[in-house]
Amino acid sequence: MPEIKIKINNQELVANSGETVRAVALRNGIDVPGLCDHPDFKPKANCRLCYVEIKGQKKPSKSCATLVEEGMEVITESEQIQKYRNTNLELLFAEHIEKCPTCVWRFECPLLQMADKYKLKLTRFPDRKGSRKTYKFSNAVEIDGSQCIDCRNCIDACAMQKIDYLELKGKGIEQEVIPTKNKKAHCILCGQCTVHCPVSAAQEQTQWEAVEAIIGKKDKVVVVQFAPSIRVSIGEDFGLPYGKVMTEQIVGALKQLGFNYVFDVNFAADVTTIIEAEELLERIKEKKPLPMFTSCCPAWINYIELYRPDLIPNITTSRSPQIHGGGLIKNYWAKQMKIDPKQVVVVSIMPCTAKKYEASRKEMKINGLLPVDYVLTTREFSFMLKKNKIDLAKAKSIPADNPFGKFSGAGAIFGGSGGVMESALRTAQFYAFGENKQACEGKIDFVDVRGLEGVKEAKVNVAGTILRIAVVNGIGNVKPVLDKIKEYDYVEVMSCPGGCIGGGGGPIPTTPDIRRKRIEALYKLDKDCVMRASYENKEVMDVIKWAKDQGEKAAHSIFHTKYKKRK
Amino acid sequence: MTDILTKIKEAGLVGRGGASFPTATKWETVKNTPGEKKYVVCNASEGEPGVKKDLFIFDNHAERMVDGMKIAMDYLGAEAGYIYLNPSYYSKLAGRLNKLIKGTKITLFKKDHRAGYIGGDESTLVNHIEGKRIEPRLRPPYIAVSGLWNYPTLVNNVETFYNVSLVAAGQYEKKRFVTVSGDCPNEGVFCFDETWTIEKILRETSNYPKFKFFVQIGGDASGTVFNDAQLNQPVSGAGSITVYSIMKHKPNDLMKKWAYFFSNESCGQCTPCREGTFRLKEALKMKKIDWLLVNDLLNNLELTSFCGLGLVAPTPFKSYFNNVYKNYAGNKNKN
Repeated sequence: MPEIKIKINNQELVANSGETVRAVALRNGIDVPGLCDHPDFKPKANCRLCYVEIKGQKKPSKSCATLVEEGMEVITESEQIQKYRNTNLELLFAEHIEKCPTCVWRFECPLLQMADKYKLKLTRFPDRKGSRKTYKFSNAVEIDGSQCIDCRNCIDACAMQKIDYLELKGKGIEQEVIPTKNKKAHCILCGQCTVHCPVSAAQEQTQWEAVEAIIGKKDKVVVVQFAPSIRVSIGEDFGLPYGKVMTEQIVGALKQLGFNYVFDVNFAADVTTIIEAEELLERIKEKKPLPMFTSCCPAWINYIELYRPDLIPNITTSRSPQIHGGGLIKNYWAKQMKIDPKQVVVVSIMPCTAKKYEASRKEMKINGLLPVDYVLTTREFSFMLKKNKIDLAKAKSIPADNPFGKFSGAGAIFGGSGGVMESALRTAQFYAFGENKQACEGKIDFVDVRGLEGVKEAKVNVAGTILRIAVVNGIGNVKPVLDKIKEYDYVEVMSCPGGCIGGGGGPIPTTPDIRRKRIEALYKLDKDCVMRASYENKEVMDVIKWAKDQGEKAAHSIFHTKYKKRK
Repeated sequence: MTDILTKIKEAGLVGRGGASFPTATKWETVKNTPGEKKYVVCNASEGEPGVKKDLFIFDNHAERMVDGMKIAMDYLGAEAGYIYLNPSYYSKLAGRLNKLIKGTKITLFKKDHRAGYIGGDESTLVNHIEGKRIEPRLRPPYIAVSGLWNYPTLVNNVETFYNVSLVAAGQYEKKRFVTVSGDCPNEGVFCFDETWTIEKILRETSNYPKFKFFVQIGGDASGTVFNDAQLNQPVSGAGSITVYSIMKHKPNDLMKKWAYFFSNESCGQCTPCREGTFRLKEALKMKKIDWLLVNDLLNNLELTSFCGLGLVAPTPFKSYFNNVYKNYAGNKNKN
């Protein structure tokens, strides 16, 4: 892309052709307020806050919808800009009923920050949305109309996912975001609306209150496990650079919050890899339905059950890492520790809203107990830390507890699009060679499945068998692949753009640039691991062996699940 | 033979929907923008209260309007044409119009009742025909470049197409239609030389009041208000003159009416209009009106609105205040 030189506040900057003035300003740390602008979407220019002055233009311009031009000179603050911006900001304040004390977005809220920065009152106009409804989607996502500032990002996010479950009703001040009346559209709980909402009107259904209440209870052992992608994103909430790896600080901070034990879901991801690779080889060998689809993404499972139940036989029956982790904690670990599983409370920290629903699915129960009791999003976790004045950046580095603390690089990359596929291939390839290990090429890096394109396709050689694979990055890209499934043997689908590092429960903002930096961090983590493939993880193999020794039924209930058509 | 574009240029045709945009420029843009298909739309939305001239033209010169559309479609090689028709005109006109457009590529499109005032904005109209949410698009791209289904689209007002037909036939006389209504005896739609002043039109139609009055030019909602000493100028915007008796129309009632109208018609897309017109309505309901706030909201609308609706909404308030209210207050003090 040709480079363009512009000046913002007399600072010389290099921009790319096609970039907006606001994007260039923000990229260079120059604050231009704005609520509806998001790099994932086309400019809507409806909040009317982002005015800047451009030399030669009579009136201030909307920086979110103005493309950079060579030699442009931009000023981001002046009396005139203030005039253009402030009344609109006060009008927006009155659309949003402040629920700050319990709002997980309180420490990052742009409305509070702007009121403070521009010395504006939140109350110039009386609130007008007191009687607006809250729409709840399962136990995962909700849209609180009384907090909505009508920016429409949630609708754009749902459209990006090609789910189109959210729509606008009414005009003028009656305008409201509602679930569609179209009976064919279903919410898959991906939470992209929540990670694109600037004011937390679209938000996760929180469980931090319940978790807070249970920590420290004498008759409970509260165990927490955190997802692969969390470690490369949560630092952002504490002013650290994008992609900063925070594994051990997370453990330290969780202990500071009072959790009794902290486990790493990367371990469970290694378990999932083994189970899934075994199933893949079995399907190929026994000519069972192919392609096999991955099942780690619960929003994708919702999609299948709601939209394409005919494909249920193609989904791996392997449970997801959080459920594997929870199941092993309550069954294997509790037994080792001589703790009654009923006393164990498992909390997951996930970059995801759909994981809340997954954890509550009845078919996940083992001996009558759900493997995971509560799921917090990354945002809820950040909120709990900030609320308790714990600065993650300064938290003590502590390794995760044994035995579910060690992980391979394959487990680590679960958090990015292509990671589950690559991880399974590393192990499947090893297993497929069987006794003939000498012939193994020892291929570790399957670079064809990496990257942030919508659909990645490749043919890979697994011990002489050519597997036709596809990786779907973002549920909005799934349809073309589903339209020609006969052309594939193994397909990974992640509903959120970039995979879990772009998850609906992740830090805000999440943008294409930020997703790229988070995923790069995962691959670096993988490269730095001593073990690169899941089968090398001795503790993982031990646990799997233990489960299998309990008998087929017991092992099945820990490692596998089933799906059903839903309406 | 001179081509139609040159003729339109020479005649100096401007859009009669209210914006007075040079017609030839719009035609040239649509013509010169590459596109597999092109579309032509006749905007017969006529959503501005107090303006009835498009209805009058349909009643009396429908064949001329259709002729103008056909000329445009021939010139542009258009795929199809639509007459975007005000729903309250539909039952009256559909039969006759359908006969006139039989065998052509033109179809009638009945505007939705809910489309209201904003439905007349050309980008809104394009969304409406496409079946999208009825609200304006972010521009650029302009509709002439990327309109219906993203193809170059010519949208002209009924009177504009009527004028095109006259220009093509060499009969255009630089006249315009004016709706005269309000507190006057001879309400109706008239056609006069476009240079005629407001005063001359009122006198020639025997509508010049004998009482103290003011007028609103270009629509009862967004039109500009003038006092009786400001009538020595031609009609601008959408062609209409509405006469108001000062005795009959209390200032706050009028302002409330306007605020109610704009709040009701706002599509809801942008903050200054959705919130601003509502807050304006609320502010004017108060016993003691906070004029600083009213002024702030009006300025904000004018400066930061997304589309024309918000942009023109302050016009009646501000012109009324400057041209009439100040005098009115003065008079009251004298009595």
